[in-house]
Formats: sequence, structure tokens, C-alpha cells
Amino acid sequence: MALALKLLKQLRGPSTTTSTILYRNLRPRFSNLRSTIRLFSDPPLSEPLTIPPHQKPHSPSPSSLNQYELAKFAAIAETWWDSEGPFKPLHQLNPTRLAFIRSTLCRHFGRDPLSPRPFEGLKFVDVGCGGGIVSEPLARLGATVMGVDAVEKNIKIARLHADLDPLTSSIEYRCTTAEKLVEEQKNFDAVFALEVIEHVADPAEFCKSLAALTVPGGATVISTINRSMRAYATAIVAAEYLLHWLPKGTHQWSSFLTPEELALILERASISVQEMAGFVYNPLTGRWSLSDDVNVNFIAYATKIKTANL
Amino acid sequence: MNSLIIRRKLAEHIISRLKFPQRTLCTDAAPKVSSSHSVQSSNDHVGQQSFRNEVHPYDIAIVGGGMVGMALACSLARMPLTKHLKVAIIDSNPALSKGLGIKKEDPPDPRVSTVTPATISLFKDIGAWKYVEQHRHAYFDQMQVWDYTGLGYTKYNARDVHKDTLGCVVENKVLHNSLLSCIQDTDFQKTIYPSRLSSMTLQPRNLSMGVDSTSSGLNERGNLAKLDLSDGNSLYAKLVVGSDGSKSRVRELAGFKTTGWNYSQNAIICTVEHSVENRCAWQRFLPAGPIALLPIGDNFSNIVWTMNPKEATDRKSLAEDDFVKDVNYALDYGFGPHPKSSTLGSGGIFSWFKTDVNLSPDECFRVPPKVVKLASERMVFPLSLMHANDYASKHVVLIGDAAHTVHPLAGQGVNLGFGDAFALSRIISEGIAVGTDIAEVLLLKKYEAERKSANVTMMAILDGFQKAYSVDFGPLNILRAAAFNGAQYIPPLKRSIISYASGDQRFPIFS
Repeated sequence: MALALKLLKQLRGPSTTTSTILYRNLRPRFSNLRSTIRLFSDPPLSEPLTIPPHQKPHSPSPSSLNQYELAKFAAIAETWWDSEGPFKPLHQLNPTRLAFIRSTLCRHFGRDPLSPRPFEGLKFVDVGCGGGIVSEPLARLGATVMGVDAVEKNIKIARLHADLDPLTSSIEYRCTTAEKLVEEQKNFDAVFALEVIEHVADPAEFCKSLAALTVPGGATVISTINRSMRAYATAIVAAEYLLHWLPKGTHQWSSFLTPEELALILERASISVQEMAGFVYNPLTGRWSLSDDVNVNFIAYATKIKTANL
Repeated sequence: MNSLIIRRKLAEHIISRLKFPQRTLCTDAAPKVSSSHSVQSSNDHVGQQSFRNEVHPYDIAIVGGGMVGMALACSLARMPLTKHLKVAIIDSNPALSKGLGIKKEDPPDPRVSTVTPATISLFKDIGAWKYVEQHRHAYFDQMQVWDYTGLGYTKYNARDVHKDTLGCVVENKVLHNSLLSCIQDTDFQKTIYPSRLSSMTLQPRNLSMGVDSTSSGLNERGNLAKLDLSDGNSLYAKLVVGSDGSKSRVRELAGFKTTGWNYSQNAIICTVEHSVENRCAWQRFLPAGPIALLPIGDNFSNIVWTMNPKEATDRKSLAEDDFVKDVNYALDYGFGPHPKSSTLGSGGIFSWFKTDVNLSPDECFRVPPKVVKLASERMVFPLSLMHANDYASKHVVLIGDAAHTVHPLAGQGVNLGFGDAFALSRIISEGIAVGTDIAEVLLLKKYEAERKSANVTMMAILDGFQKAYSVDFGPLNILRAAAFNGAQYIPPLKRSIISYASGDQRFPIFS
């Protein structure tokens, strides 16, 4: 059945597939991919011209073009993973997001919080994985991770970077969307959509897909930005216009969800929110920490209701 | 002041000039390799071979297995999230593999450290302190600091801060050995390389390497540092820790710049014997520098005596009896009178300081016990201050003397180093908890931020002390005496000074 679906999809081709999830900025994460694409992925014309394939070392086969492509994306990978680069805010936020994930999921799955690899044997999917900033730590924590992103370039970047470390080279990266995975009838012990839902066209449908990917009794973790005045002031005015952390237009305030709305649409998708926490930024130390304040950035851990009789 | 700045700039200039050739050697390696095809392939071949020999790369390579390096290894071995790490320790000291074999009846080694209560509790946490207690060590609960002008003195009591001790004097070899014994207790996967670091390649993410090969082994190397040792071995590690002392090779190879100056002072250190047991730490500021007498157990004490280099050379070759006479002179009436606690108490210039203090017998000025004989050789060390401008970059981090060398005043140097080691292991553990790559620069910078502030504060205080005492000038002497008396008679100030010197991370004045 899954095979048939795959075949069908291949026949239809990716461009004709109607997706309920429209990625607004071609970017599933709050990141400035548009600028990175402009800066790095479209190489200056002179470059490919000055290096004709036959002059390149080790290029006996037609795979040289491929090599060139890979090298090009590796250059972008450096930016995705440059902790001082355009993705700095995301890198700074990351340990805090993962601390929440570690503590809630260790409890959820009954794992030893003192283990260096507490998620050993669990199947996780990171929806909207970008360059793999969350997928890699999850893999280091022992999980079998699949990272999916609608932007093919992100997937290439993520793949190259993950291969640098044997602990993360097992991650399976795929250029696809959540509902295509649903069509393939994939499911996972835990589903992550971090800083993604604010970029999708239909959050309710998106949540249904996340629910369908989660095994009954499994966990779903979603983080996003609140639709509050403070979020408007900090995430849009400050981060995009004053501090230039993010390119202008990264976020649309109106598409943000409040914690209550998120809980509601998750509830409709048979996922019940167990715990929420806010992230607060300390401008003096440049660090994020977890707090009860869900006014700006927040993260929710939810479980899929076990429907034993269905 | 101006001359100071010039001196500093000059030093930096010299350092940067010295650094230059090394930096080109290691960081420019990548462009050189890619510029010539034949070089690249031969280099790759060599690299590949040693990579195959070294089946698994290490998580951490600790270069320098001294007290601070071993403290890091021990701490990593003891923490649940880091004990699985594969660690290589590179040190040519044979004691690392064979043990030190300390005999209780030997007279104490002159190389000692004053460990603070904060360090003691860290040692207890990792289970190393019980080994220290099996050997000679001396707790002290009193400390008397005074100066040659006879104008002031300060006496610190552990009781003032509701602590049992102010610190403990331990021979360096005992501390080192305890850490070695402690790590033997664990099943920590450590490999000792009895060699020296000769060169280090911090592999840039070499794309051609990653792209050319389909084998993951080659690709993984892109994220590793390669260390070549003087015995021809090489190894790969994700993170290289430089704990190789003030002349750190790691610091040099990684291209970290330093700031610092020499004090044009030398310290003589030796062990001396008394006829009675010494239970107090003594420090007297003399015109040429401080002399410290630290209890080391039994009837022994340790001397750290700072003076100008010529005096140091002279005193080193002095006949033993004459040297002992000099020491007793320096600790008693030499260079000036005893401070009089009574005159200060009865309406002297500092009487306004002591409002609610009753002078207990413990608070009175005392003369240190007489030295009867020299019990070890005399060693001379030049004093300098050095601070690395950065402690961390991708793949490399510095701890201990490799990051900062301080004036040995108050014996704080090794405590700062232990502080670094424990902070680094905790931050690595925190990183592992959230799945961070341990060589990630953002993680290592967290360590740097935490330790830099602590180290720089302590260095500034010690340097200030040194500067304040390098001048013998009437008004300044009075100011110093006022500071002493302030410290002696204002209880909150005194308490905060003691707790700061005990290793609590707070600045003394603003607490």
C-alpha cells in the first residue's frame, strides 16, 4: 500500500502535489533562508565558468557536477551551522528547547534522565528540520531521527553537516512534508515541529498531520511564537527591524497562535497538551531560559490520546 | 601608568610576532594543501593511514596531565553524562602510568598548593579528597597578614565566616597522586600517551575530503582535530583541552593571543622545619615582595619568598644556616617593627575602625614560629602574569595555567585552575544533556565567559597587591596600613575577603 502510494506520488511528480501546507517564505524555520539562498546557493556566475569540469582534480566521471553541487551546499551548511552567523538566535535558543524536550520526554517515555543517550530505540521525526539544528542533538541523545523539510536545499545542507559526525550520520533526511509522510502511513514515537507552525497556511490541518504521525500514546512537541503585543514588539519589531536578527518579513504577526488556540487545535486533533513553558531572553548574558512566561516564545509538550477501542 | 601601557603593548607585540610563524604553519595548511594536487594526495594518504590505525577518534584529548588536567579527567569520569567519553591524556610524565609512590616519611616537597574550601569541596564531590587525607596535608584556620612598616596587620579566622578551615596546604604531588588514584577507581576509558604534542591540525571542514569519498570515515575527519606527537604517534579528537601549563603548546598552536608582563621578581620556595607545629598561614609584605610561611603538617612549613632576581640567586646559594637566619629575620623584626595591636586599640589613627570589635587573644599580633632548619632544596621561579585573550575556539579550550598565570600570592593559582577544570566538565555535561556537539564553539564560549570573569577579578586583585607593595613610599604605606586595618576591624569587609579568598565566586567589596 505504502509502495503504491509512493509510486503514485512519483508519477504525479512533486510539483503537481497539492499541499495543504504552504510554506510562506520558502522557509519552515525562523531563519533567513531567503538571504542565504541569494548569497550562497546561487553562486556567482564567474565561479562555475572559471572551473571547467575537466580541470578539476579527481573528476574522471560525470559526477563532477554533483560534486560541485555538494561543495556549494556545504558552503551554505557552514552558514546554517555558524553559531555567530545569521542563525545565531536559533543556536542560542536551541539548548533551552532541548532541555525542555529532554526533561519532558524522559518522563514521558520513562527514560533515565542521567543517561547520555536517553532516547535510544525511539523513532522521532523533526518536521521542518531546516539545517538539522534540532535533528542532530536528538540523534546524539540516542533517537532514530528522520528530518523532513519542504526545502530541498535545507535537506542537502542538513545531510552534509550530519555526515561530519558519526553520531549524527544515521539521521534520515528527506525532502517532503508532514502530510506526505501521513500518506505513506509513517508513524513515530515523538513528533517535533519547532518554530514551524507559524509558517504554515493551515495550522489546524498541520496539527492533524502531526497527530497522524504520532503513535497512540506518543508525544508531540511544538514550539512557536505567541500572538501577543509583546511578541509583536520583540519578535517582529526588535528581532527583524531593530536588531536585524531576522530578515524583515520573516514573521506575520497575524499568523501567530496563542497558547490557548494551539491547545485547542491540538485537542481537536486528539492531542492533549501536558505541559507548556515559555522562553525568556536575557539580553545581558545572551542566554535563553525556561520560564512560566509564555508571552513571546513558548513550547508545548503534548501526548496523543490512546484510542484503544478505535 | 603610561610606561605600564607601553610595556604591555610591547609584550603583546613581541608575542604576536613570535606567534606569527606558528600560525601560518597550522592554519594555512589547508590552502597550501589544496593549491597543489600532489601534496594533497600524499597528505591524504598519510592521514588516512593513521586514521585507520586509530580506529576510533577520541572525544577529548587532554594535553597535559598535571593537577589541572587530571582534575578535569577525574571530574569527567565521575559525572553520569560524561563518564562514557573516550579521553586521551598526553603527558610525558612517567608518573601518570606508573604512579608517584609517595612515602610518608619523606620531608615535604617544596612545591605545595594552598587549596581553598571551595576546591576541597569539589575534590570531595569527585571522591579525590579521601586520598589527599591519606597523605600529609595541613588545614589552617588562621591567617595573619602584616607588613614591614609596622603600621597594620590583619588576622583572619575561619570562625569569622563560620567555617572550619580557611584552606589546606597540600604538596602538589599529593594532589596529583590523589587525582590519579581517584580515576583508577572508575572504569573510565582513558588512554595515556607518554609523549609531547608536536603539532596540531584543526581540520577545517575540508569539502573536497567530504565530497570525494563515500566512506563515512573520511568524512567524519572533517570534524576532528589531529594531534601529532613527538614520538610519531598521532590521534584524532573532537575536543582538545590545553592544560599544559604557562608555556602551553596548545595555546601556541591554536594561535590564542596572550596579555601579560613579568614582575622582575623571583620566588624562592623551600620546606623548613620548626621545633613546634605551625597551624597558621603567615604572610608578611617586605619591601621587595611578600614572604609566606604555610603549615604543611608535622613540624614542617613551606616558604614562598618573593624578591628581586639578584637577591634570589644570592639567597639560593647562601649557606643553609645563613638562609635560615634570613628567613627568621624576614618573618620577625627584619625591615621594620612589629605592628602594635595595643596602640591601635587605644586611640591611634585607626581607632575609629574598631567600633564593636573585642580583641580576643586570637586577634592579637603574634610572631610566627621560628624556623630551625632547612628541610629541602631551594628552588627559584620567575614571577609573571599572563592571561590568554580567549580560552576557547572551535575544537580547542584552555584550562589552568595555560589560560592564566598569576602571582603566587595567597596560592590562588591552582585554585583558579581547578575552578576551570570543574567548570569545563560541568559545561560539557550540560552540553551532552541537550545533545550538543562537545566541540561546539557556543558551548565552549559559555565556559570561557564563566571562568574569565572569575579569573580576571582574582588576577586584578593579586596584581594590585603586588603593585601596591612594589613601592616603598610614606603616604602609600599609610594607605596600605589603613586598608589592612580596615580589613581587620570592619567585620563585614573582613568576612567577604575571607569568603572570596576561600573560593566563593563573589567580588569582595560589592557582596
